[in-house]
Amino acid sequence: MSAIPDRQTDIGPPHYEKFLHPVIKKNYGKWKYHEIINAGLMVHVSESGDKIYTVRVASPRLIATTTIREYCEVAKKHSDGFLRFTSRNNVEFFATTEEKAKALMADLTSRGYMLGGIGPRISNVVHTQGWVHCHSAATDASGLVKALMDELHEYFTTKELQNRVRLAVACCVNMCGAVHCSDIALVGVHKTPPRIDHENLKNACEIPSTIGACPTSAISPDPSKKSVKIKLEKCMYCGNCYSVCPAMPISDAENDGVAIVVGGKVSNLRSAPKFSRLAVPWIPNEPPRWPKVVAAVKTILNAYIKGAKKHERVGEWVDRIGWESFFKETGLEFKIQHIDDFTFARQTFRTSAAFKWT
Amino acid sequence: MGKKYETPLLDELKKGAFPSFVTEIEKAAALTGQPEDLASMASDLLGHTELCYKEKVTHWKHGGIVGVRGYGGGVIGRYSDIPAKFPGVAHFHTVRINSPSGFYYEADSLKEICDLWDKYGSGLTNMHGSTGDMVMLGTRTEYLEPFFAEVSSRGWDLGGSGSAMRTPSCCLGMSRCEWANIDTMAITNDITQHYQDEMHRPAFPYKFKFKAAGCPVDCIASIARADMSIIGTWKGDIRIDQAEVKEYSKKMNIQSEVIDMCPTECMSFNGNELLINNSQCNRCMHCLARMPKALRPGTEKGATLLLGSKAPIVTGALMSWVIVPFIKMEPPYKEFYDLIDKIWEWWDENGKNRERIGELIERVSFPKFLKEVGLDPHPAMVKEPRRDPFFFWSEEDLAK
Repeated sequence: MSAIPDRQTDIGPPHYEKFLHPVIKKNYGKWKYHEIINAGLMVHVSESGDKIYTVRVASPRLIATTTIREYCEVAKKHSDGFLRFTSRNNVEFFATTEEKAKALMADLTSRGYMLGGIGPRISNVVHTQGWVHCHSAATDASGLVKALMDELHEYFTTKELQNRVRLAVACCVNMCGAVHCSDIALVGVHKTPPRIDHENLKNACEIPSTIGACPTSAISPDPSKKSVKIKLEKCMYCGNCYSVCPAMPISDAENDGVAIVVGGKVSNLRSAPKFSRLAVPWIPNEPPRWPKVVAAVKTILNAYIKGAKKHERVGEWVDRIGWESFFKETGLEFKIQHIDDFTFARQTFRTSAAFKWT
Repeated sequence: MGKKYETPLLDELKKGAFPSFVTEIEKAAALTGQPEDLASMASDLLGHTELCYKEKVTHWKHGGIVGVRGYGGGVIGRYSDIPAKFPGVAHFHTVRINSPSGFYYEADSLKEICDLWDKYGSGLTNMHGSTGDMVMLGTRTEYLEPFFAEVSSRGWDLGGSGSAMRTPSCCLGMSRCEWANIDTMAITNDITQHYQDEMHRPAFPYKFKFKAAGCPVDCIASIARADMSIIGTWKGDIRIDQAEVKEYSKKMNIQSEVIDMCPTECMSFNGNELLINNSQCNRCMHCLARMPKALRPGTEKGATLLLGSKAPIVTGALMSWVIVPFIKMEPPYKEFYDLIDKIWEWWDENGKNRERIGELIERVSFPKFLKEVGLDPHPAMVKEPRRDPFFFWSEEDLAK
């Protein structure tokens, strides 16, 4: 390539209109209805009578430029040069007739792509960077997703569920992956407090912001060392101090692991959006395939499949049967960690004598 | 560059049906024509990640201050804590590129970015990061400026990072969805352009995220993940095509799948006609989602604005709550921008370092927020009125 061109600043992203398929552009705001034809194919019909077929494939989110070029090649061959990504990192291609959609699907299949994710199924798993790129990861994210989806891929490609089941993975409680409102989600957790490197702390960290980072006020100044001290009984191992001050590492190979939370959703359909609630406090990190984590997720999913009514989300199913039944149906153990002791914990206590013996 | 390290643990993750991220790192390691220091990045990342898998801890360090000239954000510094062992990932910075609304791309532009990333980076990406940026994963400090010059000269810009307005994102709205009540893609593009300075030069107490969803299905998860959620909605009656309702009645049980699942019990079906008591409908979208051919939103369209959501750090997770029940979201969005400016000014004056807007409101009270940004109270803002009598009367309220 030639000399480096002049830079521009504050121009924002390219205008989206440049990237819209002509049929999408023509029918913008005029769509009438849609139909899901199969797990990997749906059609949207416009008031004008135009149709756009969408074909969806799975992606591993972490993608080499080589693979993106292949997406582009497929788009140029079958999709008039246009494609998009969903907010869950699936890739979507477009076709204007069912015949073209079939050719597109055949080409994608022959290249080894996994078609699916549309409708009442498991779509791509949103996740964070984990050990591949993050400094505060308590577990890996890409590996957990891969291990999980290898086991559950049929719910992406063919099998239907009562409703969509959104899986998510966050590699620490910072939760860049928004697992706090997902149907079944994994979150990397620590179980031991940070270790203070007093020598580095005085050079690398600002003490007031380090103290301010602690949600439970466990950190206070230690003037004699020009450092800080931690009241261990108040520390909940959230790792926020480490995010502010690198001289307080919290990673612990043996005690870090994965918690499972369930029942969250963001849609307003039928019931209000819900936070995920704790199902399993901790499972050890067992790379590369985390068999105990995968087994626990399958246990929860199978109990949902067995017990939920059509259209119920995981959280709606649990709310209907009650948490005491959830623990019975899944066989998961109810432990002291399930009882909240953080902010507004009292809102989660039962203020009724009506409950189930299970 | 080929495989430099034995990676038995990662090799396990190349097996199985679902697409593998390990295969992707290997593809990047096999790229040819890159400068030597970049060509070793993906291959060293394999060795580096394998070690993380073996030791069960991460080997990345906090980023220092890296970026491009004139910008305070958009690049995340990242360094290995064992650079001598894996010199290829001694630096492994991320560049966030502001994604276009709706994550639509045209193949040649996307390929151009790939070519630039092979020239100035590792050849690895996240499509997309959690906030919605195109994440260019892994480069060295000295390549940041030339990459930015090339990519910006082709019409792309950096996204947000740090205590700034983050890259806004949206569902695909009117481009391919019959339920969109607002033009989410136009709104998102407008916000992005309107607040370029707030995105590129961090000056807030902490991050601020906008997400726009066309309807209450909220496919972009705005209610969980955006400090401000803009959710399309409507007033007036749901439009019904009774002939299509009859068609649905032949293939589904409308009574059990729609009527019985309506949370407000505002519908009935007599086998012939579907009746909706629209004054009782809370616009949850269930019936529209079950029968998209037969039911459509009403015609008076706008948005509900909700504020405050965030993940658990620092004081617990929050979901956005209603602050403006209905607003017309039409260009030039003056009422909207006036409100945002007031909210930010109030947050700047009152917020602590690393305190999100939702946490600040929780700390100082929602009524105080409403008064100070000039919003009138409305029953839509609460699930129920307060239970305690400990309220503050102001001089002004005493007079009322």
